[in-house]
Amino acid sequence: MANPDTSTDPSLLKDDDASRRDVILIGAGGFAAIGGAAMLWPLLDQMNPDASTLSLASTDVDLAPIEEGQAITVMWRGKPIFIRHRTAKEVEEATGVKVDDLIDPLARNANLPDDAPATDDNRAAPEREPWLVMIGICTHLGCIPQGQAPGQYKGDYGGWFCPCHGSQYDTAGRVRVGPAPQNMYIPPYTFTSDTKITIG
Amino acid sequence: MAHPSTYKPSTGIERWFDSRLPLPRMMHDQFMVFPTPRNLNYWWTFGGILSFMLAVQIVTGIVLAMHYVPTPEGAFDSVEKIMRDVNWGWLLRYAHAVGASMFFLAAYVHTFRGLIYGSYKAPREILWILGVLILLLMIATAFMGYSLVWGQMSFWAVTVITNLFSSLDTLIPGLGTTLVQWIWGGFSVGARTLNRLFALHYLFPFIIAGVVILHIWALHIPGNNNPTGVDVKTPKDTVPFHPYYTIKDGFALVMFLILFGVLLFYAPNFLGHADNYIEANPLQTPPHIVPEWYFLPFYAILRAIPDKLLGVIGLIGGIGVLFFVPWLDTSRVRSTSYRPIYKWFFWLFVIDCVALGYLGSQAPEGWYLFFGRLGTFYYFAFFLIIMPIVGLIERPKKLPGSITQSVLGPESKRPTETPPPRTAATAGEGVACGTLSTFAAALLAALAVPGAAFAEDAGNGHGSEIKAQEWSFAPPFGHYDRAQLQRGYRVYKDICANCHSMRLLSYRNLGEPGGPEFSEKAVEVLAAQAQITDGPDDKGQMFQRPGRPSDRFRSPYPNDAAARAANNGALPPDLSVMAKARPGGPDYIYALLTGYAPSPAGFEMTQGMQYNKAFPGHQIAMPNPLVDGVIPYTDGTKPTVDNYARDVSAFLMWAAEPKLEERYKLGARIMIFLLVFAVIMYLSKRAVWARLHRRDHADAT
Repeated sequence: MANPDTSTDPSLLKDDDASRRDVILIGAGGFAAIGGAAMLWPLLDQMNPDASTLSLASTDVDLAPIEEGQAITVMWRGKPIFIRHRTAKEVEEATGVKVDDLIDPLARNANLPDDAPATDDNRAAPEREPWLVMIGICTHLGCIPQGQAPGQYKGDYGGWFCPCHGSQYDTAGRVRVGPAPQNMYIPPYTFTSDTKITIG
Repeated sequence: MAHPSTYKPSTGIERWFDSRLPLPRMMHDQFMVFPTPRNLNYWWTFGGILSFMLAVQIVTGIVLAMHYVPTPEGAFDSVEKIMRDVNWGWLLRYAHAVGASMFFLAAYVHTFRGLIYGSYKAPREILWILGVLILLLMIATAFMGYSLVWGQMSFWAVTVITNLFSSLDTLIPGLGTTLVQWIWGGFSVGARTLNRLFALHYLFPFIIAGVVILHIWALHIPGNNNPTGVDVKTPKDTVPFHPYYTIKDGFALVMFLILFGVLLFYAPNFLGHADNYIEANPLQTPPHIVPEWYFLPFYAILRAIPDKLLGVIGLIGGIGVLFFVPWLDTSRVRSTSYRPIYKWFFWLFVIDCVALGYLGSQAPEGWYLFFGRLGTFYYFAFFLIIMPIVGLIERPKKLPGSITQSVLGPESKRPTETPPPRTAATAGEGVACGTLSTFAAALLAALAVPGAAFAEDAGNGHGSEIKAQEWSFAPPFGHYDRAQLQRGYRVYKDICANCHSMRLLSYRNLGEPGGPEFSEKAVEVLAAQAQITDGPDDKGQMFQRPGRPSDRFRSPYPNDAAARAANNGALPPDLSVMAKARPGGPDYIYALLTGYAPSPAGFEMTQGMQYNKAFPGHQIAMPNPLVDGVIPYTDGTKPTVDNYARDVSAFLMWAAEPKLEERYKLGARIMIFLLVFAVIMYLSKRAVWARLHRRDHADAT
């Protein structure tokens, strides 16, 4: 094909008209922008937990078979829940600590107000001191601390030791040696009978 | 169109960038000032629409892939989970499914536009060939995507289409079978097949995007064709792409989105098939297998040819022949507007394609088959005989001297004062705009078919009696009647649930907005009435416990075999999506439940079967489940069979389509937004094109 000079008339590019047209064009651009932005939200929100995940079942646990000194791990919402039947010595060690000495002074207990102090009373099961129920996830970067099985190293405070970055927890699950910034979390749970709890 | 670059970097950063990667220069030269014929009508806007639709399909597809499970056990349920539980999942999935149809609609319009105006002729042959290649890739992608739903239509479409390759056995014994087993990864369509279809369905759109880039590149060498088919001769024949065509394409896109929105929000299953809401069953083929509408003409060709291998060749040739069109058409003139004889053959061809589409949806017997063969003959005759011969014998009409002349009239005859020349241009646009809106109106009219929102061809072809009922949830502003759904649940639970499962529903759904909306307390009570098998416990034993809101509806049988054994060998189907899985939807369920009658004289009944007016074939294994007064109603509604049937049909509609109210509400907002947007875009387009019309006026005076 012959290639004549087909570049367009420069006068067509000039914008020399009144302001009414500008308003319309700005309106069109605005509508396009609003439409585009509104389309984004469903595309992002779809990644949030869906309705079935949010309604995930609670977990029932029978505590009867757990002897003093034993610990079990159960699953709730895909997370490990540590349940420890503490010995009198372990409870005593935990109650003897002053809240002021702790790295994290808050109880982190979903069943109590947010500002409850991290006393052993506020960590352990209500009126059942020997029982400790908590989410077994290190508050540093999410590893599962050791200390559930009898032979495992439990750290200097006799609770749990995180093998990833060396955080240590006491027998009430409170962080005593960093880098973890917070005590391990207590999930919402209730006793449905003397020996049964429902988590969630 | 090759033209000297006019990009002038104005800042240091732009200069720095330009000397290293001249991307802004390319965007400026190719998409801002690109010289574009001034007379492109609305048929030319479909290229932009197609780019947009490709983006929509890729974006919604990536998002859906985050939730989809490509296994035979998980696929169907994961799609339903997207529809029910994933945030906005129903919107994303319907946008993707309806979007595929809209994509094909635009692609076919775009292809026909190329044929009408001879856009495939020199120097645009490669542009055309790339376009046909994109169409082929789209067909492959759409086919694989449809299979992923893993419904009955999906499964049997995969089976039938992959079996096309077995026709090669006629050439070399064993070749076809070997090839088909390679495609399947087994001896039948199964887990391996689904997994690879998913992988390839994710890959192909990106190949399409790549070929689209080549397609646009090939367009930008010769530049756009135009409705006259006359080459651009002077700069006055063109306008810069931006803002003239960005705004015009934008307006057309918004109009297209209005049509998309109507389908998406008010009739998302109109173009689909009820059978695909039945999970894939390798042991049973549906009575009617029909592809999606965009494959129907090719399907008609396949069935018109009575030989296996030749049928497959016809099917592939139907698209393959398009590759050769640039050389089959022997005419020197591009646009059909200047071809008095060819024009008639061409529009007959368009009618032929639509007719083949219709024939493809009908059973291949009797007159349908005859016309299918006639249509197939014309389809190929048009390309292979008419195109070459008419081009040689036809005397084309006189072409306009230039594009400008075609718009404004020849210079000598051009009016010097009034009326201003812009009327000529707007009149031409008016016609094009008119065709576009007629086209949209025709599609919308098709949607007005009663009951179309729920499933297609309501009264199905088995001589069954299904009357359209009035439902509170009819589009576009309907909503479920809470009390009716609560009564419907009662009927389901007391009667249907004795034999039928509803595995996709959880008790929590009964309390969710847009449904029966039982109170939180009531949901807990209803859930606790069910005994759920859970476990294993500490000792490894399964145990029974009361249901919780998050539990699924309990199935009355431990497994399918037990269900069959208890029901005379007939499996009571799951009811979760029943209202979408039968043509007619809730109308069908109502008709079935009220359709029991003594069998007419002379009708032969099989032992143990019941006569039913609505059931296909009229013999149903399920005994009449409803009797007046069997369930007491507490809200004053009369406890009659008619009311039971109506209430449980509404309940099953909600169970199948729990987000219906949300869909209508969001649809109303988006439709209002789009309508206002369309007006603004139209005014903007007028304002921008006024510049050109002022120049024309100035030139004339």
